[in-house]
Amino acid sequence: MAAPPTAYKDRQFLAVIGDEDSVTGLLLAGVGHVNPPPDSQKNFLVVDAKTETSAIEAAFDNFTQHRKDIAILLINQHIAERIRYKVDAYTAAFPSLLEIPSKDHPYDPDKDSVLKRVRRLFGD
Amino acid sequence: MSGAGAREAVFPTRQVLGQMKSKLKGAQIGHDLLKRKSEALTKRFREITRRIDEAKRKMGRVMQIAAFSLAEVTYAVGGDIGYQIQESAKNARFRVRTKQENVSGVFLPAFESFQTEGNNDFQLTGLGKGGQQVQRCRETYSRAVETLVELASLQTAFVILDEVIKVVNRRVNAIEHVIIPRTENTIKYINSELDELDREEFYRLKKVSGKKERDAAVAEKARLAAKKAAAEREVEDDIETKDMLGDQDNEDVIF
Repeated sequence: MAAPPTAYKDRQFLAVIGDEDSVTGLLLAGVGHVNPPPDSQKNFLVVDAKTETSAIEAAFDNFTQHRKDIAILLINQHIAERIRYKVDAYTAAFPSLLEIPSKDHPYDPDKDSVLKRVRRLFGD
Repeated sequence: MSGAGAREAVFPTRQVLGQMKSKLKGAQIGHDLLKRKSEALTKRFREITRRIDEAKRKMGRVMQIAAFSLAEVTYAVGGDIGYQIQESAKNARFRVRTKQENVSGVFLPAFESFQTEGNNDFQLTGLGKGGQQVQRCRETYSRAVETLVELASLQTAFVILDEVIKVVNRRVNAIEHVIIPRTENTIKYINSELDELDREEFYRLKKVSGKKERDAAVAEKARLAAKKAAAEREVEDDIETKDMLGDQDNEDVIF
């Protein structure tokens, strides 16, 4: 049934996968966190046209499955499009996955995986 | 489910019948309660989906404003500050904590954002020029992230509720379509078996009483015959005792 408290107790950071502008803005708001050395992991990934899709996938897996301190994963919608199959297959409650618009790509509610589920459930 | 076939493997006795009846009652009560729970959750679920829809639209607007303020910063600072900011991010100032909310026995986590005081990774950003814009941009983005956090908690609630509603509905359907018919079938089966036993018992008793009657009749006949025989013997005895010597043919000689 409902998730046990241990599943989300330690989750307190937001993670970002986005283009440079989105990441910069969100970092300015103060979401950025780098784990203390030696394993200094960042909780954000900047994606540009040159970034490999496999790198995005690896970061996505890392944020959703391996790290236990991420509460919310923000991902730009046009980047989510590149790994759409992974985003659509992701159904876990924690961390919660949020598709956000970016500067160059306005928000399209029809592509959002959660809204797609909403539409499917209510059949319209 | 499948007709009269599905029933529990029980021994048809009155005690089991009582057990089955109370089980049926329990199943019906459970079904009603679960149905009500499912309805309450679904109501909540619809409300949440409606709010998600609203929040997503709001997010679109807020992020647009935030992007615009970032553009302002880029213009004011006169260069790209992305790299500098990415490098100076060390400790999250903006964090979330989760608290729980209880909806008909389901714990829905909700994110709550808070800012840790006294650490600022970007003190030197915009020091030369554009500091004001940077400050404004930070505020705008903080508000945007708060909206995002709100949306994320709605979405988490959505995912969890979706799952819970599925489970509850599955249980409602299982009770309605499997457990209740099966228990009813079992009760029917036990009743028919008990009736059968009753009929058997009745027939047996009838048979026994019939046999007893017949036996009684035979005994009566025998008794009557014996009585008759005894009576006849008595008559014979009477005749025989007329003359002890047994010479009743001879006339008594009278001197």
